[in-house]
Amino acid sequence: MATDWEEAVEKDSVYQSSEKRRPENDLDPRIKLLSVLSIIILILILPPGRWLAYIPFFAIALALIISAKLPFKKVIVRSFSIIPFVLVITIFLPFFKDGSTIFSGQFWIFRISVSQDGIVAMLTILIKAWLCLLSLIWLTETTTITGLLEALQRLHFPAVMVMILSSMYRFIFVIIDETWRMKHARDCRLCGGSRLIQFRSLGNLIGTLFIRSYERSEHVHAAMLSRGFDGTPRTINTLRLRKSDFVFATGFGLVLTFALLMNYRFFI
Amino acid sequence: MPEPVIEIENLNFSYPDGREVLKNIHLTVFRGETLAIIGPNGAGKSTLLLHLNGILHENGSVRILGETLNDRNLRRIRARVGLIFQNPDDQLFCPLVYDDVAFGPLNLGYSPSKVREKVEKALAEVGMSGFEQRAPHHLSLGEKKRIAIATVLSMDPEILAFDEPTSNLDPRARWLLINLLKRLPATKIIATHDLEMVRLLCERTVVIDKGQILADGPTDSILNNLELLRTAGLAA
Repeated sequence: MATDWEEAVEKDSVYQSSEKRRPENDLDPRIKLLSVLSIIILILILPPGRWLAYIPFFAIALALIISAKLPFKKVIVRSFSIIPFVLVITIFLPFFKDGSTIFSGQFWIFRISVSQDGIVAMLTILIKAWLCLLSLIWLTETTTITGLLEALQRLHFPAVMVMILSSMYRFIFVIIDETWRMKHARDCRLCGGSRLIQFRSLGNLIGTLFIRSYERSEHVHAAMLSRGFDGTPRTINTLRLRKSDFVFATGFGLVLTFALLMNYRFFI
Repeated sequence: MPEPVIEIENLNFSYPDGREVLKNIHLTVFRGETLAIIGPNGAGKSTLLLHLNGILHENGSVRILGETLNDRNLRRIRARVGLIFQNPDDQLFCPLVYDDVAFGPLNLGYSPSKVREKVEKALAEVGMSGFEQRAPHHLSLGEKKRIAIATVLSMDPEILAFDEPTSNLDPRARWLLINLLKRLPATKIIATHDLEMVRLLCERTVVIDKGQILADGPTDSILNNLELLRTAGLAA
């Protein structure tokens, strides 16, 4: 009998795709990572307000998603998850950025004015973030976590950081399980009681989780030392570039160049 | 006469908060034997095991394979003494089983092909071939314990130390583990309170309680001494 959490985890596509994919036929994760980085950089350098310039990049992201046979609706819905975060940061732009005012009014004692440049800036950031996330979703849905980590390490990302990410992935499920066990134990004995008691027990739970994780890290460190660890992360290199990787890289480079030229000729 | 592989003389250990955990421990382990260390929870069994590869530093004398532990020979000793912890989640810290079993050989500086060979051999020894690409999180406790043993076996240690290997296992997994331990040719030290396993596997037993060794002798005579077991909290 699976718990609610286990069912949710099984349905979550990132977890599934990171565990169940067979990577023999996929592109080398390094190539995918560099491709996505290139798209992101090109999207970021676009000047604000040129709305049509985003069309080629949207088409590229769409092509990648369709060719990987990803569930379209799921991907789009997931990509919208970034909107609240971006809005929180950019919501102030229309009100505080200088520019031609398109609306001005008095609310209670505050004088509010909305500028066109502000709105343009906000929408620009929003659409850039959304397109970048679409590309990143393609990357994460078609690559195993371990493949991605090895790609980072082979591309000379700091080895210590790769180890941290790897440990994070390994232990996040352990910590989630532990949290659920503690929560169930807490629920068993949380009958009524004031709000203060409830919050305090929640605080204790979080604190205990932190302490347990810290002590677990000491045990893991002892286990690593017991197997000869001396501070230098050592890994196995399994990634090999194949012909299909070169073909993709070349083709993708051409597509990006074409998109860039199209943009600068027609849309900007 | 087999040679001594572990010689502990007058070992005392206290935790930083002052709690005395090990008092005046004298123990010699000989090559090829399977030694059981039994005692109640909190007796100091795990702490004693942690001294065998230098995780805890002693105030006394610990000689492993003829050498006193110091900074220079620590890595070499750790390659020859394998320690298997009670909780496999502490021992399996890589995203894939293959990475975990390969961790030890990689740290020993082996070539990729030799690492692969060691990994396959270790997994075969514990009966977990084919589990290389699995994530440790998805395994049952019995499978995790066997993989944890494989992670240490891949370094070909001469001495194996187990901390409560059969705790929390269902009967089938427990029997699989006991049979596995029987097959391993290394010198084995098993800290446990599974007395049935001790009777099956270990010729010699050491009884420890409150940090002190109460008895050290052939398993049969120790386990038949009900008075001794009662004192140590191991029998009703």
